[in-house]
Amino acid sequence: MSQLAFDPSKVMDIDYTKRTEYLEGLEAIKAAHKVLKEITYTPSLPDRGYNNRTLYVNVDSLEVKEKPVTQQMKDVFIGGRGFGLYHLWNAVRPTTRWNDPENEIVISPGPVCGMTQYAGTGKSLVLSLSPQTDIPIDCNVGGFFGPLLKFSGFDALELQGKSNKDIILFIDGVKGIIRLEEAPTDPVDSHVLGEVLTHMYAENEADLPNISVVSTGAAAEHSLIGMLNFSFYDRRRKCVRFKQAGRGGIGTVFRNKRIRALVIRGPKVAGDLNHPADPETIAKTGIKFHKEIRENDPHQCMMRRNGTAHIVEIMDAYDLLPVHNFQYGSHPDVHKIDSSYWQQRCTQLTVDGCWYGCSMACAKGADGLVLKTGPYKGHMVTVDGPEYENTAGLGSNCGVFDPDDLLELNFYCDTYGICTITYGTLTAFIMECFQRGILNKERTGGLEMAWGNAEADLEMMHQMARGEGFGRIAGLGVKKMKEHFIKNGWGDPQLINDIGMENKGLEYSQYMSKESLAQQGGYALTNKGPQHDEAWLIFMDMVNKQLPTFEDKAEALYYFPLFRTWFGLNGFCKLPWNDVVPANNSSQPEAHKVPEHVQNYVDLFSATTGIKITKEDLIMQSARVYNFQRVFNIRMGKGLRLHDAAPYRSLGPVTREEYESRAERYDKQIVDEMGLDPTGKSSAEKMALHREWRTKRFSMLMDAVYTRRGWTLDGVPTLERLKELGLDAFPEVVEVVKQHLS
Amino acid sequence: MKQLVIDFTKCDAGRHCDHECELECAVKVFKVNDPAQAALQIKAYEDGGGHAVLCDQCGDCVVVCPSEALKRNKLGVVIIDKKVCVGCYMCIGFCEKEAFMRNSDWITPHKCTSCGICVKVCPHGALSIVDVPEPALRII
Repeated sequence: MSQLAFDPSKVMDIDYTKRTEYLEGLEAIKAAHKVLKEITYTPSLPDRGYNNRTLYVNVDSLEVKEKPVTQQMKDVFIGGRGFGLYHLWNAVRPTTRWNDPENEIVISPGPVCGMTQYAGTGKSLVLSLSPQTDIPIDCNVGGFFGPLLKFSGFDALELQGKSNKDIILFIDGVKGIIRLEEAPTDPVDSHVLGEVLTHMYAENEADLPNISVVSTGAAAEHSLIGMLNFSFYDRRRKCVRFKQAGRGGIGTVFRNKRIRALVIRGPKVAGDLNHPADPETIAKTGIKFHKEIRENDPHQCMMRRNGTAHIVEIMDAYDLLPVHNFQYGSHPDVHKIDSSYWQQRCTQLTVDGCWYGCSMACAKGADGLVLKTGPYKGHMVTVDGPEYENTAGLGSNCGVFDPDDLLELNFYCDTYGICTITYGTLTAFIMECFQRGILNKERTGGLEMAWGNAEADLEMMHQMARGEGFGRIAGLGVKKMKEHFIKNGWGDPQLINDIGMENKGLEYSQYMSKESLAQQGGYALTNKGPQHDEAWLIFMDMVNKQLPTFEDKAEALYYFPLFRTWFGLNGFCKLPWNDVVPANNSSQPEAHKVPEHVQNYVDLFSATTGIKITKEDLIMQSARVYNFQRVFNIRMGKGLRLHDAAPYRSLGPVTREEYESRAERYDKQIVDEMGLDPTGKSSAEKMALHREWRTKRFSMLMDAVYTRRGWTLDGVPTLERLKELGLDAFPEVVEVVKQHLS
Repeated sequence: MKQLVIDFTKCDAGRHCDHECELECAVKVFKVNDPAQAALQIKAYEDGGGHAVLCDQCGDCVVVCPSEALKRNKLGVVIIDKKVCVGCYMCIGFCEKEAFMRNSDWITPHKCTSCGICVKVCPHGALSIVDVPEPALRII
């Protein structure tokens, strides 16, 4: 399917330098800060991608110490998500839960992070025990904090303990100062706090881009779905913008520890701060990729124009866009919120992207939005994106098709510190419960949660930020809402469980997987819960038709979770891997893997670290960490086959309306796949046949994938697999597995 | 804006000269005795004629530079501020004329600044600096 043409003359005339400012009270806020502890240290720059030390901070005891990065850590865990899991494993016990003091938030950039020559190299990984899933959650986030942490001398930051007052951790990587400050009067919401702190800690205007702030907002304090905003200073807009570590509630953990913000001041960025082993290869690979973007992106995904929102119309055309809580896959009003609108509404004559050198530049900005509701009513703001997930989650999945409503929902999610994906899915669930009488105005405290009612939707979000009313219940997430509704006897438990789109406690992200077996597994057979970070296979399966057989799908669920894990070990973004491809890609063997780009990544890792790897080594590096994470889940009481179960809405049609909306396709499957005759059968009978067939097929997929991954049919990595990966060097890991193999 | 142009009715693509333009640029501007590092490159076609790789100051690189290291000076010439440059090379990758250069000894890239040093040494008088209207910035 070709992309919509871009017409520059249609871009809305919006002054992207204008917005409400919040600096008036800065001096008073600063004066109220009280230094609790300050230490000095020797800043350093990485050598071949590593500083070889991490920073540990206990926000309760105020202990601040450096820890060495061992050779074993580098060999087995690489960095990023691997370092995060390693530190978290050592910090917690099997009984630890998200709000215990020993739970940590770990931020780790990875050895390649901070490179400026290749697209998508500014990512850091954030890990914690999730309040939603009780197992490790990891988020891959942009913004400048990760790279500046590395250039200030640390390969990871561990935050442990619980403070009894609101605090800020400030790291000055230029002067070599680490300071914990009490911050009693700081603003709460990220768009205000980020701006105030960026200006407070920058020494002058030229220093603004060297500051990055990690923060959350009011709703993170009253919900389990809090996220973290990682800031970067937009030089042309002259404002602070954010990228989000969204999934799984790490923002909630952050506020539970009473951390108001992390602030880093790094050195001025240059192209060689990683001190790579082979800068020439990095330069050549980067320039080759920039040219590929220039030449191919306008004819392929148009990421520079539309960002990830470019797939809204594709998903709609292929009946895969979630509509009304994943019931349907398309909607006649989608044209109001597809990329033909966003490419006019988002500011185009400026530089986007969330780290230097990202020529893919998908991080769009919609400027000049005047808010209609909430505490910032009347303020003019810049909204990040919207990205595809926000458009689908806050938009079509809830029946919201007014773009300004969608932008306002997006803005408040961001500044209140809640995940747009999670909020979209849980609101869609609430709206369907409202539609089906499971909820009503009495049960929602007066909120008319009908499809498309953005006013009620926004009010629920404001309640969440105030910690009031039904918004507080919504903030528990789908899993706990399901339990709450069933306990209150508010509807048929099976229906509630079928339509509540969560697995392991985490809400589904925004793809309708009913027709894609590969994506069903891509969501449910994941380590951290259903998201599109680990196995985004729906496009490959349903649009490009690159996984035609059952075996292809099972193999994809072995390879891609490992391949995609690798981005998070190193500080890469996944999008430049396949959101543009070389012109000759389709004629290459295994085109769905984008082999030329895989080689780019092999070369970039080798050139940074000086450790020569092959594409097979790349998968092995990931497999170690991926299996370690699976064992970590088992250690925490999850990670088995029963925890990989999927809600039926993700596998097939739950309701008669869903069945009948695609009756032709479903009837044909009864003939072709089940060898039965649908003639004369009622929708209910046909739905029952589908349920049996689809559930069995998913179970067969689990068997095939577990076997391919080297796991038992209960989902436990075998001792042989652990040995193959060298994880038998960790007796604790072996011990966890042994308990489940006997 | 000031723009370096070449007249191929006069330039014979180095067949009867010593690429004085390139050498002068490399030595005087970039302080290296290597014409391959010059900000203009004259290439001869095998079947006669030739072409020049040189910057026409179109400003595409100004639009894509993430650190605002590239700006026009008062003569309209695009200048790189090396202190601000983050070495991402997007300017190189996005230059359709391939006129942005780099060499492995410098982390920052370099380009022609329409300084005219090469004009003075061309034995055929094929190079000149002209004043042309500044093109509007375009969305890339």
